[in-house]
Amino acid sequence: MADGPVAEQLLRRLEVADGGLDSAELATQLGVEHQAVVGAVKSLQALGEVIEAELRSTKRWELTAEGEEIAQEGSHEARVFRSIAPEGLAQSALMQLPSGKVGFSKAMSNKWIRVDKSAADGPRVFRVVEKVEDEVQRRLQLVQKGQAEKLSEKERSELRKRKLLTEVTLKTYWVSKGSAFSTSVSKQETELSPEMISSGSWRNQPFKPYNFSARGVLPDSGHLHPLLKVRSQFRQIFLEMGFTEMPTDNFIESSFWNFDALFQPQQHPARDQHDTFFLRDPAEALQLPTDYVHRVKRTHAQGGYGSQGYKYSWRLDEARKNVLRTHTTAASARALYRLAQKKPFTPVKYFSIDRVFRNETLDATHLAEFHQIEGVVADHGLTLGHLMGVLREFFSKLGITQLRFKPTYNPYTEPSMEVFSYHQGLKKWVEVGNSGLFRPEMLLPMGLPENVSVIAWGLSLERPTMIKYGINNIRELVGHKVNLQMVYDSPLCRLDTEPRPQKTQAAA
Amino acid sequence: MPTVSVKRDLLFRALGRTYTDEEFDELCFEFGLELDEITSEKEIISKEQGNLKAEGASNVVLYKIDVPANRYDLLCLEGLVRGLQVFKERIKAPVYKRVMPNAEIQKLIVTEETAKVRPFAVAAVLRNIKFTKDRYDSFIELQEKLHQNICRKRALVAIGTHDLDSLSGPFTYTAKRPSDIKFKPLNKTKEYTACELMNIYKSDNHLKHYLHIIENKSLYPVIYDSNGVVLSMPPIINGNHSKITVNTRNIFIECTGTDFTKAKIVLDIIVTMFSEYCENQFTVEATEVVFPNGKSNTFPDLAYRKEMVRADLINKKVGIRETPENLAKLLTRMCLKSEVIGDGNQIEVEIPPTRADIIHACDIVEDAAIAYGYNNIQMILPKTYTIANQFPLNKLTELLRHDLAAAGFTEALTFALCSKEDIADKLGLDISATNAVHISNPKTAEFQVARTTLLPGLLKTIAANRKMPLPLKLFEISDIVIKDSSKDVGAKNCRRLCAIYYNKNPGFEIIHGLLDRIMQLLDVPPGEDKGGYVIRASDGPPFFPGRCAEIFARHQSIGKLGVLHPDVITKFELTMPCSSLEINIEPFL
Repeated sequence: MADGPVAEQLLRRLEVADGGLDSAELATQLGVEHQAVVGAVKSLQALGEVIEAELRSTKRWELTAEGEEIAQEGSHEARVFRSIAPEGLAQSALMQLPSGKVGFSKAMSNKWIRVDKSAADGPRVFRVVEKVEDEVQRRLQLVQKGQAEKLSEKERSELRKRKLLTEVTLKTYWVSKGSAFSTSVSKQETELSPEMISSGSWRNQPFKPYNFSARGVLPDSGHLHPLLKVRSQFRQIFLEMGFTEMPTDNFIESSFWNFDALFQPQQHPARDQHDTFFLRDPAEALQLPTDYVHRVKRTHAQGGYGSQGYKYSWRLDEARKNVLRTHTTAASARALYRLAQKKPFTPVKYFSIDRVFRNETLDATHLAEFHQIEGVVADHGLTLGHLMGVLREFFSKLGITQLRFKPTYNPYTEPSMEVFSYHQGLKKWVEVGNSGLFRPEMLLPMGLPENVSVIAWGLSLERPTMIKYGINNIRELVGHKVNLQMVYDSPLCRLDTEPRPQKTQAAA
Repeated sequence: MPTVSVKRDLLFRALGRTYTDEEFDELCFEFGLELDEITSEKEIISKEQGNLKAEGASNVVLYKIDVPANRYDLLCLEGLVRGLQVFKERIKAPVYKRVMPNAEIQKLIVTEETAKVRPFAVAAVLRNIKFTKDRYDSFIELQEKLHQNICRKRALVAIGTHDLDSLSGPFTYTAKRPSDIKFKPLNKTKEYTACELMNIYKSDNHLKHYLHIIENKSLYPVIYDSNGVVLSMPPIINGNHSKITVNTRNIFIECTGTDFTKAKIVLDIIVTMFSEYCENQFTVEATEVVFPNGKSNTFPDLAYRKEMVRADLINKKVGIRETPENLAKLLTRMCLKSEVIGDGNQIEVEIPPTRADIIHACDIVEDAAIAYGYNNIQMILPKTYTIANQFPLNKLTELLRHDLAAAGFTEALTFALCSKEDIADKLGLDISATNAVHISNPKTAEFQVARTTLLPGLLKTIAANRKMPLPLKLFEISDIVIKDSSKDVGAKNCRRLCAIYYNKNPGFEIIHGLLDRIMQLLDVPPGEDKGGYVIRASDGPPFFPGRCAEIFARHQSIGKLGVLHPDVITKFELTMPCSSLEINIEPFL
């Protein structure tokens, strides 16, 4: 049996109907609320192909409460006209009538009545015509009879302006027979239950079909941050390539390790207050490796190790100044210094990915702190060709195969090369990293053997991540203003697959 | 990286040929330059000040070219053209000569008063120069580029150029009390004292940036001619009397500064670049500088230095196999005139005065590689065999963060820098109790200190995501920074794990359960035996009284958990109860 009497009646009527039924008409015919018919349609739909229902929206004109009253009693102006006796009526008395105010001005503009202001006991109103046609009432009665279409657009809108008519949208269903139409449908089971399994009743039960176009219920789960997912992948790449991770858990660094050890002169613009965060407390490093400091000082001030040096007076107090490290190369310098103290020299491959800090002007792609990815290889006889070879392997693991190298200047590498890759989307070469061979003025004071070269390269973690996840504003990715929905929704990080297209505005 | 703006057509005329934009971009790339932008004066003005102001401005196409920060010889059209023409072997690098004048040599006498404020000065004369409007503009622009770069915004070196014919030597470089210096400065119609000028220039958008260099000195540097005419008050302004124009024929150039080496380099660059327009091309008239100790020297230096480089060193560093002769040819194309000498493997390289950036053989190696073409070098993988190791602290962090996400918490990534308020006031603590490191030059309050706890970052993350459905469960494993006098820099990082639960109920049991799960993951048993973990009632900010416990594991306190104090919740602009946990994970390494 069908669900309830309305559904049953619907099916009966549908059986004999020519083509189909309108749910609103059916409701009128059955004398039930339209909502009851809609409920029946929905429950029948859930049974499968019994019926087909097409949602239609129709617009209909209805009278407002005032409109109903006028259809019954006549318009205010007609009522005013009727209340005026042939000998006239005092205007003050007319205004007391329920329809007085509105009716008076309308009747005046219709030129049905006139006012005689010279009358002895105040202004008096007289009929001008013998008989009037109450058009407003007539039109409203037409609408009441469901013949609103007989009125012109102008007439309807005038009545609407007078708040006598309103247009309502009615959502109805056009119901027709489905491929499995039947007037006697049995109720389908929604789900398999333990009882059905034990009793075996499932064998004789029809089951309600699933709606496979609906979304499933997402599991309750935690989520990893997209930038750190990318970080994990970069770590993975380095580990696959046999690189050992350097310790970088020291955000505070002395200017000595951050700059001087890298042969970056003390007047270099990067050491300016505008570029680097200096510390007030603790303002200075407490210990520096004395002998090494002496060699660094000499190399800066006078040269040595085949270098002219920078020829300026190098100051220890400048080197002692503590900073928030501006690059992870400070940590690489410490690692290479430690390596140099171990004899005999053993070749190494190092990497690190960690935060660095710049006192820069902030914008959509620059923050005061970001992550730097750095790779370092130290071995006898490494060449620029080796650097390019390592870069090719590294970038191909990121899915970047078209590389080009541009000469550039870095204070602590020579030769230096910027790495460009061809961006398919932008149709141009874009910079993807910076690299070079560390200067002998940096390596030799550390105590590394003369024929050992150290190749190194670096890139930011944020930029490839923003490209990967189609993020334009860095604040949506890093920091507390992150959009958690973006974190929840972000896919796996697979760097060697195509980046997904830029996010389009999601439909609400 | 400095950007040089040159008129395209002027550049092509000087190069003797035209290029398409793509061709020129390619040439730049190969040479280590970058064609940053193609624009015009009109476009620049309209971008910066709107279309209205741009009306009537020039439509001449400008190339904006990024130049490496150490190549001062490429900071003007003249230098760029010379560099590219030599690179393309269309011309030979010019030889710059210092010549003695026919008449008496110009003298600049440096007095001892300058020692305390700006001790060094060098000078030179460009004789019988012929300017055009473009050349003159380039001359002024080069000085500005040098001021902004190698001169460190005039702090290290300041340049003054003067019409020599309006002056009479010898010149005196001295330092005087500001009230005793009075002259008519460039483009002003009356005389001012130095004190007045410093006041006037406080509102000058260009000059106000240089005032600090001498502002607090008792004596200001000043240069006079023999008649007491002020040439300049370095590093602020020149005098109006000796102002140069397009018609100036003889130029006296002085460079004063606090870095002698850089002052000499700057003077060399200016005279090498513009002696091209002197009647005797590439010659510069010497000037004698008399030092306070009575000794004297002539400038510009214009020193050519010889370096010996072995061909196999270049081949070995670049990864190529070129003959010494070819390598010498490559270097010559980079303005480093080179020839093979000795055993046939030695290359003698002459470093011209324009290439102050060449201070080591590695710089010569780079130039050989550039001339060879980086993209022609064969890529090979190093044979370096190594076994990879993870940094143990990061390895533990990686393992933990995956399992915290598996426990239903979402990872946040918050800033290591924050305001004092975030780590103290808002948590109900006094800043002195935080042991935080303080930044001396923050541009905004967001960068006053390094965080000493991860909690504020997570609370701010929730505040920014209040529209998200509850509950919010977040975690972060990252470093905080505290002062530690046992470390060489006096501070250290500490790896923390922080988690937070935000909902209509405090959910202490959920955070407590997360702690139990973390301990399970770290294989730390409950109970005090065998280094297990316990929590004991505790108190103190930022927790609600009676809702806080201290966590002990491995025989030490590792952190706290509890329900946050309503004041803390309110201060972070939150409205719901919240519980949190923060522990140090380093004991579990």
